[in-house]
Amino acid sequence: MVKKLFVIIVLIGLAVFFYGMLSSFSGNETLNMSAAYYAENGAEEVGAANLVTAIVVTYRGLDTLGEVTILFLTAAIAAFFLKSKDNFSKRKVKESSELLKTASSMLVPLIFTLGIYVFVNGHLTPGGGFQGGAILASGLVLLLLSEPLQKVNSVLFAVVESISGLFYVGIGVAGIFLAGGFLDNSILPLGEFGTLLSAGALPVIYILVGLKVGSELSGLLTKFQETQEEN
Amino acid sequence: MLSLIIMISLSVLILASAILAVQTKNLVVAVIAAGLVSLMASIGYLLLAAPDVAMTEAAIGSGLSTIIFFYVLNRVRGRDNG
Repeated sequence: MVKKLFVIIVLIGLAVFFYGMLSSFSGNETLNMSAAYYAENGAEEVGAANLVTAIVVTYRGLDTLGEVTILFLTAAIAAFFLKSKDNFSKRKVKESSELLKTASSMLVPLIFTLGIYVFVNGHLTPGGGFQGGAILASGLVLLLLSEPLQKVNSVLFAVVESISGLFYVGIGVAGIFLAGGFLDNSILPLGEFGTLLSAGALPVIYILVGLKVGSELSGLLTKFQETQEEN
Repeated sequence: MLSLIIMISLSVLILASAILAVQTKNLVVAVIAAGLVSLMASIGYLLLAAPDVAMTEAAIGSGLSTIIFFYVLNRVRGRDNG
C-alpha cells in the first residue's frame, strides 16, 4: 500500500515536472548557427544527398567513431564473460517448426539484401551503417532461431569486424594527410551529386561502419548461442 | 491539425502498449507489446521528419531487440514454462 502510494506520488511529481517543461517550450523559428552552416554548405562541401549522413559521418565523424568504439567495447566485454563451452554440438534442442524454417529460408536473404542496401545507400537515402548493420544482425538471429544447431563461424565475424574498424580509422588518418583533417571525405573525388559513387570517402566509411556493426552484433549473438548449456 | 491528432493517438497507443507490456502475464504478449512501443515511436519520428532516427528505432528497437527476446524466450522456455 505504501509502495503504491509512493509510485503514485512519483508519477504525479513527474507529471508536474513534464508539464512545466512543456508549457515553457517554444520551438526555434530559425536554425542555429552550426545547423544553418550545415544546411547551406553541406551539399556543396560533402556532396551527400542525405544531409544527416553528411553531418554524422563527416562534420561529426569523431562522434560516430566514438559510438562504434562503445559498441566494440560492449561486444568485447560481453564476449569476455560468455566463454564458449565444449558441449555445443551435443546439445539437444527442440526442432523448430516447419513454418519458421520455411519463412526464414525465404526471408533471410531478403533481409540481408535490405541491410546491405541500407548501408550502401547511406549517403543518398535515410539510413546508414548502424541501421544496416542492425538489419544484418537481426537477419542472423532469425537464422539462428530457425536452425538452433547451425554452426556459425564466429572467427569470421571477428576478422571482418577488426579489418573494417582498422580501415575506418585508416581512412580517417588518410584525411589528415590528403585532405582537410581527420575523417575528411574529400580524399576521394566528390563525384556527381546524388549518384551512388559520390560524396568522396563517405560511402566507403558507411559500408565499413555497416560491416563493423553487423559483424559485431552477429558475433555477440553467435557467442551467446555457443555459450548455452544443455537443456 | 491532422498530424497533431495522429501524434496524440500514437502517444496514447505507445502508453497503452507500454502498460500492456508491464502488466500482462503472458511473456510473448509482453515482448510484442514492447516491440510495438518502438514501432509506434518510429512512426512518430517519421511524422516529425526524422527518417534516419525512425529507421534506427525500427531496426534496433522493434526489430533486433524483439527478435532477441524471442530467441531467449525460445531457449528458456524448456526449463520452467516461462
